[in-house]
This record gives sequence, structure tokens and C-alpha cells, in this order.
Amino acid sequence: MIRVQREAFDVGREIAALTAGNSRIGGVASFVGLVRDLGGLRSMTLEHYPGMTERQLKRIDDEAHRRWPLEASLIVHRYGRLEPGDPIVLTIAASAHRQAAFDSCNFLMDWLKTEAPFWKREEGADGERWVAARMDDDEARERWRGTG
Amino acid sequence: MKILYFAWLRDKAGISEREVSPPPGIETVGALIDWLVAQDDRQAEVFADRSVVRFAVNQDFAEPDTPIAHGDEVAFFPPVTGG
Repeated sequence: MIRVQREAFDVGREIAALTAGNSRIGGVASFVGLVRDLGGLRSMTLEHYPGMTERQLKRIDDEAHRRWPLEASLIVHRYGRLEPGDPIVLTIAASAHRQAAFDSCNFLMDWLKTEAPFWKREEGADGERWVAARMDDDEARERWRGTG
Repeated sequence: MKILYFAWLRDKAGISEREVSPPPGIETVGALIDWLVAQDDRQAEVFADRSVVRFAVNQDFAEPDTPIAHGDEVAFFPPVTGG
């Protein structure tokens, strides 16, 4: 499942809802991305491409299910104005076995860094700037090429 | 044809979306960019460095040789930074 929303999310509640009633699940891995401040950041505003974002997140989620035996998964990505420490993104993967849960949760994050149409604008003491894409995100995505 | 701009491309374009009617012969994203750049200085500025521009046709990532047709939605944006 995927969701794009302005509001914050509650990790515990999301895991409980995702796993409720499925006793085949033996392990759940989750990742929460936060707005990081390495000095002087006042806010970060996330913009996205409504429509395409949902399509891309669904594809990434489908791809994880194709590669691993998952019982359930969830991607929640926020947009709008966020402040340092605020949660941005949540990925959850649930499987009978922990390795599939760990690996696919990692995969979901690596792929959405390069495949989901989001852009970040940072506001600092010296003004605003768009955040450039990172080369190592492309490399992180590439390491999954030979797997699955 | 609907054109969308995101992030700093929108800042440079001064608008987030517009309708355009390219003439016959404009059949790929690359050709569309060439045509837009020839229309006015502002578009030339938006596409000044094409190596940092990515695009989507009908909400799928596209390449310069991706075909386009009347009624398509074409979006221009910088490399994505999700997560």
C-alpha cells in the first residue's frame, strides 16, 4: 500500500494496522526518514507531482512484492512544509522471515529516492535553495540491479 | 498538450502549467524542448542546461526520443530528491 499526505504519521499505529489479522507474518522492518539539520536549517518544503507520485510509489511497492515474499508493505510519503526533526517518509515491510523484511524495506527506500517525483526546498538563515539530487542515491539504487 | 514545470524549473518558467499547440513535426520530447526554446527567452532560460532537466510523458519518466502526441501531459523537472 502507498499513501501521500501532508499530515504526520504514527509508526506504531501503522504497523499495527498493517499486520492486524495476519499471523503468517514473522517479522516487520520499518524505516522512518526525518528532516535533518546539519546547521541553520529552518524548514524543508517538499513538492511532488500529484498523480505521478502515486503511480511511482505503487510501482516501487509492487516491485518489492515481486522480489520478496512479503505479506504486507506500506510506503507513506509526506509533502508540504516540514521542520528539522519532522518525519518525512515511512516504509514498512512484513514477511514470514526477517531477511525479506529487512532487505525489502531497504529496497523501498533506495528506490523511492530516485524513482518518486519529489523535490525539496530548504530554508536556512541565508535564504532558500532547491536540494540537488545525490549521486550516491543513484548508486544505492543500482546495487539492487542484480538481485530479485 | 499540457506542459507542467516543477521545482526550480517552475521558478524559472514563472508558471506551473500551460497549454501549448506545437506544429506538426514535433513528435518527441526532445523536439518539443527545441520548439519551446525557440518560442521565447524565458523558455530558453528554463532549458539552458538540458543535462539537469528530466521529464515525464503522461506521468511516466521519459527520454528525449520518447514520442509525444496531441493531448499528452508533458512534465519538466530536475532530478528527483524523494525520501
